[in-house]
Amino acid sequence: MEFLLFLVRRILWSILVLVGLSIVIFAIARVVPGDPARMALGPTATAQQVADLQEKLGLNKPIVEQYGMFIAGLSQGDLGRSLLTERPVNDDIRETFGATFELVLATITLAFVFGVPLGVAAARWKDKWPDTLVRILAIFSAVTPSFFAALLLQILAGYVLHILPTTGRLPHNMEFVASVTGLLTVDSLLAGRLDVFGEALRYLLLPATALALATMGQIARITRSSMIDVSSQDYIEASRAFGVPEPIRVFKYMLRPSFVPPLTILGLEFASLIGNAFVVELVFAWPGIASYGIRTILQKDLNAVMGVVMVSGVFFVLVNLVIDVLVGFVDPRVRIRGSR
Amino acid sequence: MASETISTTPPRRLSNAYQNWYRFSRNPTAVIGAAIVILAILAAILAPWITPHPDHVGAVVNFRARHLPPSAEYWFGTDNVGRDIFTRVIFGLRISLLLALVVLGIAIPVGTTLGLLAGYFGGWVEIVIMRLTDIALAIPPLVMALAVAAVLSPDLINSMLAIAALWWTWHTRLIYSITRQLRTQEFVEAAETLGASKFHILFREILPNCVSALAVKTSLDAGFVILVGASLSFLGLGIQPPTPDLGTMVASGSAFLPDYWWESVLPGAAILIVALGFNLLGDGLRDLFDVQEVR
Amino acid sequence: MSDALLAVRNLSVQFTTYGQTNQVLKGVSLDVPARSQIALVGESGSGKTVTMRAIMGLLRTPPAKVTSGEIFYDGHDLLTMPTKERLKLRGTAMSMVFQDPMSSLNPVFTIADQMGTILKYADRRLGRSRGNRERMARVHEVLGQVRMRDPERVSRSYPIMLSGGMRQRVLIAMALLSEPKLLIADEPGTALDVTTQAQILKLLKDLVEERGLALLMITHNLGVVRETSNYVYVMNKGVVVEHRPTADLFEAPRDDYTRALIAAVPRLTGGTSFGKAGAAA
Repeated sequence: MEFLLFLVRRILWSILVLVGLSIVIFAIARVVPGDPARMALGPTATAQQVADLQEKLGLNKPIVEQYGMFIAGLSQGDLGRSLLTERPVNDDIRETFGATFELVLATITLAFVFGVPLGVAAARWKDKWPDTLVRILAIFSAVTPSFFAALLLQILAGYVLHILPTTGRLPHNMEFVASVTGLLTVDSLLAGRLDVFGEALRYLLLPATALALATMGQIARITRSSMIDVSSQDYIEASRAFGVPEPIRVFKYMLRPSFVPPLTILGLEFASLIGNAFVVELVFAWPGIASYGIRTILQKDLNAVMGVVMVSGVFFVLVNLVIDVLVGFVDPRVRIRGSR
Repeated sequence: MASETISTTPPRRLSNAYQNWYRFSRNPTAVIGAAIVILAILAAILAPWITPHPDHVGAVVNFRARHLPPSAEYWFGTDNVGRDIFTRVIFGLRISLLLALVVLGIAIPVGTTLGLLAGYFGGWVEIVIMRLTDIALAIPPLVMALAVAAVLSPDLINSMLAIAALWWTWHTRLIYSITRQLRTQEFVEAAETLGASKFHILFREILPNCVSALAVKTSLDAGFVILVGASLSFLGLGIQPPTPDLGTMVASGSAFLPDYWWESVLPGAAILIVALGFNLLGDGLRDLFDVQEVR
Repeated sequence: MSDALLAVRNLSVQFTTYGQTNQVLKGVSLDVPARSQIALVGESGSGKTVTMRAIMGLLRTPPAKVTSGEIFYDGHDLLTMPTKERLKLRGTAMSMVFQDPMSSLNPVFTIADQMGTILKYADRRLGRSRGNRERMARVHEVLGQVRMRDPERVSRSYPIMLSGGMRQRVLIAMALLSEPKLLIADEPGTALDVTTQAQILKLLKDLVEERGLALLMITHNLGVVRETSNYVYVMNKGVVVEHRPTADLFEAPRDDYTRALIAAVPRLTGGTSFGKAGAAA
């Protein structure tokens, strides 16, 4: 019950953020540049062509009304038509989002699977060599530009060792359409195509690693400091006095309360993770929303750009909602206080 | 423990600067970080005088010397039109550092002021400002810069403004949390009782207590802004060629991977090292000032 | 060596931090006979907490180091016995009541979970086994013994849902889980208001008397000493400066330090009375 209240509050909150986000995006797209139709058509278009496009897109209506249309479209999940391809932006995004979602999911998994144990090890052997190693690793992973990490991985695994493919999601000769969830790894399993699953994983590994590095470093660092913080708490001392064995102390009594800060950090940093996904997708020719976004930006396709920014904002908000639920799940204090 | 009763505190104020310097100089990460940062800044300023081929910053073409590997003459090798990469890397630092300077020059005053206001006044001021930070937090700076580039034109100024337009939110959140803690402290309440102006309380009583946290954050942030800027120019949205820019160099060099690896790897390493310098310095300052995790 | 349940003999401990060595305990000796109620009193930094931690085996080494002395439990020296044997005693033969009810319970696990885990591993150390259901039954039983009205509801709660007094009682229940012979109490209730602290001390005293336990009460509060002990050790700067029956101590303190301690207690009602529990807190 408490949890439900907490959830409702968080959802209302998220909706508020999304409304604000839509205003910001709309302002950038419609207020700043002057005339989107002229921009889309280029300087060679005739005045009549521009006027026609304006008419078609409703650009000659008052700004507030345009925002109303934008919001009305948004609430139905309609992001308008691409100014160039004339296809609904929705379709384009739906086609590309699956790839990005898969990449981001794999990234978060990698970041936690490696970051948390590294942080735990560093805290357990504080000021010993594992700690030093993890701290160096964390700093380097934080300061390595994602595109640079991507290039280095590509050189190492693709060109020098020849062990992993460097571009795309699947080999060219492999026929498979991810039609259920858009995630190749999931859909291939659903279809019982283990060969596709294996290949999809192989193609996913390099980009996900490149993207995961920065987040993994942050998570390791935060896990370390919160484990150290928790380890000096009275309740850990008490469990020691009552003879609870060390593995249980570390992996249960210390790890669970220490799990909240890394989750929170992931939420805060998720925006920059999406940002990095743009460059990583480009390097690995990953056919995701970022690749699409960069294409449309270079072509000044405003509706598509707005769609891409809005979708990454929604992605951020949803991920943070999930994280809040997880935090509430891990830490009862949050859900009990959060509902008041 | 028992030592509490024995130890005496040395006269703090007199030796404070010296003590700080001593502790700083004993902290290897901080010293390495500071050295990298100072070296990078000096190199950027002195670039025309210290680089071997200062004329290579422009659209110079020297096809005989293209794709040369690192050597005594070309420390970092040459690029696809035969320009000295080392020279261009040093000049490229100028753009990276300028970007950090401008973005933080806008983000810090704006973010700090908003954080002070939200933390001190509370109420609707707090609600409006902090909801704004929530919104700004949801947009990746890189994506924002891309959008602005799409609307206006892809160049350095627009990118800087786009990043700055979102970056303040981190400073607001930081200053807000400190101010909220300080608001009820006695020295603030004392100033209020004495009838000090709001301006005085915000900027003379509370702000000085935020300085060490701000210093740590600024140093760490400078590194992160440089990374975002490099990503932007890697995507072709930074300063336009032929002006040397590290991200642009990595992008154009990557076309020649893996054979001419130095053309992308060495400029990339330069970005990494500068960002590393700011990060180590920030970490060192954090230890020195004993500030909690800020990011 | 004496026939006391717990006997500390000539215990010396030093701490080394930043290359500086501090002798924190200088030859401390004390006896806790079975079924006795002993207090160890001193101000912060006197070494009483270090003594307690040494007895419980909670000293971190380094920085701490036991330089000499023995700690006998039931005739066996804890300091020389194999770690495994010693762990068998911790939380089972001798158990500790923690000081701060706010910070001594893990905030993210239910009371049942925390008490169940303690019991599970205590059982395992003693070579006993108990099913989940039996374990919960025991948890509820002990919660009832510390006068919790609704043990089942309490056990399902997270610490944040309980009041300070209830949490302190949970801490006592934790110490009682495996039926120890010796309870070491570290200023229990200091963090609570005076009335609640008095209730907690009363409860502790009743429990100790009902089940014939030995109690070692660590405190800086002479009011608590008077309420809960019949024999007292006074510590100052790592040394036991005086020890005698509690009643005697208040009648005629011998040591200057003890006299200073007693004089420092604010008088609430005039005369020589010490405010009930918590006067100096």
